[in-house]
Amino acid sequence: MELLLKINGIKSGKWTGPKWLWPVILAGAVLFFAVRVATDSSGTYVQNLFSGISLGSILILVSLGLAIVYGLAGIINMAHGEFLMIGAYTTYSVQVFFTNVLHVQSSNWFFITALPVSFIVAGLAGLLLERLIIRHLYAKPLESLLATWGVSLILIQTARSLFGDLTAVKLPEMLAGGWRVNENLVLPYNRLFIIALTIVVIIALYRTLTATRLGMQIRAVTQNRSMSACLGINTKRIDAMTFFIGSGLAGLAGCAMTLIGNVVPDMGQTYIVDAFLTVVIGGVGKLLGTITAGLGIGIFSKVLEAFFEAVYGKVLILLLIMLFMQFKPRGIFPDKGRTAAD
Amino acid sequence: MLLEVNELAVSFGGVQALNLQHFQLEDRELRVIIGPNGAGKSTFMDILCGKTKPDTGSIVFNGKPTRGLTEVQIAEMGIGRKFQKPSVFPGLSVYENMLLATRMKKDVFTSLFSRMPAGVQEKIEAMAERVGLTSALHKQAGALSHGQKQWLEIAIVVLQDPRLLLIDEPAAGMSDREAEKTGELLLELSKQHGVIVIEHDMHFVKQIATKLVSVLVNGKLLMEGPFEEVKNDQRVIDCYLGRVNAQLEKL
Amino acid sequence: MQLKPAKLINILFILFFAVVLPVGNMLGLVSVNSISLWGRYFCFAIAALGIDLIWGYTGIMSMCQAFFFCLGGYCMGMHLLLKATALQQQLLPEFMTWNDITTLPWFWEPFHGFVPALVLSLLVPAAVAFVIGYFIFRSRIKGVYMAIITQALALSMYLLFLRNETNLGGTNGLTNFKTLLGFELHKPGTKLGLYLVTLAMLCVAYGCCYKIVHSKFGKVLQAIRDSEPRVGYTAYRVLHYKLAAFVVAAALGGLAGMLYVPQTGIITPGRMDVKASVEMLMWVALGGRGNLKGAVIGALLVNCVYSYCTSVFPQGWLFILGMLYILTVLYFDKGFLGLFEKIGSKIGIKTNSERYATGSK
Repeated sequence: MELLLKINGIKSGKWTGPKWLWPVILAGAVLFFAVRVATDSSGTYVQNLFSGISLGSILILVSLGLAIVYGLAGIINMAHGEFLMIGAYTTYSVQVFFTNVLHVQSSNWFFITALPVSFIVAGLAGLLLERLIIRHLYAKPLESLLATWGVSLILIQTARSLFGDLTAVKLPEMLAGGWRVNENLVLPYNRLFIIALTIVVIIALYRTLTATRLGMQIRAVTQNRSMSACLGINTKRIDAMTFFIGSGLAGLAGCAMTLIGNVVPDMGQTYIVDAFLTVVIGGVGKLLGTITAGLGIGIFSKVLEAFFEAVYGKVLILLLIMLFMQFKPRGIFPDKGRTAAD
Repeated sequence: MLLEVNELAVSFGGVQALNLQHFQLEDRELRVIIGPNGAGKSTFMDILCGKTKPDTGSIVFNGKPTRGLTEVQIAEMGIGRKFQKPSVFPGLSVYENMLLATRMKKDVFTSLFSRMPAGVQEKIEAMAERVGLTSALHKQAGALSHGQKQWLEIAIVVLQDPRLLLIDEPAAGMSDREAEKTGELLLELSKQHGVIVIEHDMHFVKQIATKLVSVLVNGKLLMEGPFEEVKNDQRVIDCYLGRVNAQLEKL
Repeated sequence: MQLKPAKLINILFILFFAVVLPVGNMLGLVSVNSISLWGRYFCFAIAALGIDLIWGYTGIMSMCQAFFFCLGGYCMGMHLLLKATALQQQLLPEFMTWNDITTLPWFWEPFHGFVPALVLSLLVPAAVAFVIGYFIFRSRIKGVYMAIITQALALSMYLLFLRNETNLGGTNGLTNFKTLLGFELHKPGTKLGLYLVTLAMLCVAYGCCYKIVHSKFGKVLQAIRDSEPRVGYTAYRVLHYKLAAFVVAAALGGLAGMLYVPQTGIITPGRMDVKASVEMLMWVALGGRGNLKGAVIGALLVNCVYSYCTSVFPQGWLFILGMLYILTVLYFDKGFLGLFEKIGSKIGIKTNSERYATGSK
């Protein structure tokens, strides 16, 4: 944790707004939850909190890939949501393959297989996209936004013509049911699994970035592309690898999403805007920021939804975000120093 | 007194970038600031023009404090800045660049509806003549050479008609002859404006340092004095390494 | 008299759409449907002008132009619906009765009159843009951040308008309009009239934008696009300029929406989703951003292709649109007009065109 803090520069972080504001908000939120949970006989608030964490986990899974790709290459990948969709359809295809070709009865095996397969398939799709289109658009975020939007339209339409409008993946037996905490509070296994998966992914990604040679090279290129190239790092290969990992993570998220929802061609679109907000609030290219922001948005959304209608919750979240950005326009963990704004 | 600075300090991520006890500038004085890389010279200018906010200290310009003001307000008070890396409007023509800079009312409505005040055109043409950009007046600024961009940026700053000009490394990327011309221009400007110049090139410094030279090292003011005195000061020589050191010895 | 090519194109454009098409219609050669279709394209072209102003010239990627378009559209739609309701001698629009609403919501009241509706459909988008823009630009959100925030805004407003509680017709939007100022909307004469009004408004909007980008104000906008910090050090209040551009763009969007609704007879939240806004950016990118003619041509062109494709092979449209996005960005970043310009300069035709965007970062 110490190291995480250091990497994200939170220690030297400067907060320009009123100093008391964030602690007060944080303390208020904690107090609010504590009181709610303590006085909560029906379990609804814990349930909401739990749904929030689970939504947050999905947001984190989707956003992590976005964050590293944007940090590295300055690409706004609007087709990122479609890699999630690819992951979901891969899971569906694996299920069809297991039941119709291999005739496996247990629904556990297909899912276990689908996890790595969806990562790899989505990753390869990302690699292809990088080769064909993205590499011409490095450091042009707004142009890449338009081009990848086009890619996303094409991918959605392709999925629609291949798979039709609506498909669903069977819930694996091992994830059916839930953990009965008390009679009012049941935590479904599928959501617990998603949270666990997210934690595993975060740890794995963190290890990759800090403890492997590839990770070091990725960080080097993120910080200074031309300098890294001078030092003999093959930046093109690093770009490709990063894109592979980023898209693969989205694919993994898509696989996990099949546990809690239907598989539809435009499922990625539902999450893409939220995922971008997560990246923006977290501070571009900062993993810890992304994680904090993902959890924050997830929990806030679910809690607000409990008080208001889902839609108003969304509008409120956006208002909160705009308010937040009045104080911290560069995200929770911005870059420091005499950065040239010009 | 045009500018008076006291106890000015700023740090980035725990590193003290500037810690200036005292600095002052007379009206119509040309001051040269020298110092090794990372001495805080550009940071000092960044603070003066409002780009960077200082942690502590006071800045009084023309009798009014400027700390906490935005760069626009500071520019309106009469401080103009030329950056190390030329910062012009590459998509506009040289003429349009100068037109935008020229001192006049700069609010939205005036820009939308008012006609250009009389005399602006002549002023721009005279300025272009002075910085040798007459033939390039209708070229896109982005297409100019590095030296020409430097000239254009100087012209932009001068046309703003500020009381104080902050000029960061004006001779970089210029030939000796061009640099000499720049020096003449700066000397001429100092007859009407206060000017602070950051420069590494000691030939150039020698040409323009008619009054005082300030030496910044590690964010602190090492010494202040006439060029000859500064040049022969052992502490200054010790602080300099490499290129600049060699130049000092040569002189 | 000698005509510059750029002027000639303008005159040919007006001549064709203001004289040839209507005359063709009167002679029975052009169907009133295609007249009406062009009228709608002109609305999109007006909205595209707004995008060009804020994105092409100022370099701010705003992804909620379709939202402003719909605000204007809903304002006009509310007026038309109230008129239709009065005509049927009912108190409330039908969808409200279904939602068990007994009195007209307060914010519907101003829309009884035509003039207030007209003014509000410009004013509401402008005011909303002012408030949003103020907070966004004040905290110096720009570039990618700006794009994402406005996109999120478009999304949440879209979701809000989908709701029945907002009393704006929910998913179905506003429809079943009958008359505008007493003219029956379904009559060919009215359609032709609306078409001509829209064309006139397009010309006016183009003229205004032309004046704006050639004024000193326009130069400051381009300067902000190229080098924003320098604009600040040159003593221009960047916030004011950006805000002004954003508000004007939103008002143009509102104007477009206002003209659009009587011609289509329906406005739904579907017009303001994220897709719609991105598509508007696409028109401008394809036509040539930082060039007013480019915005108009892009909007007309993409919509023509859209109408053609959806009638010939509806499945393929999204593929074509997707490819258009990719090809535009990868191969002609200055749009079609940039392409023509390049070809023109190669074969030695001198066009008196405007300066193109050098790209926004």
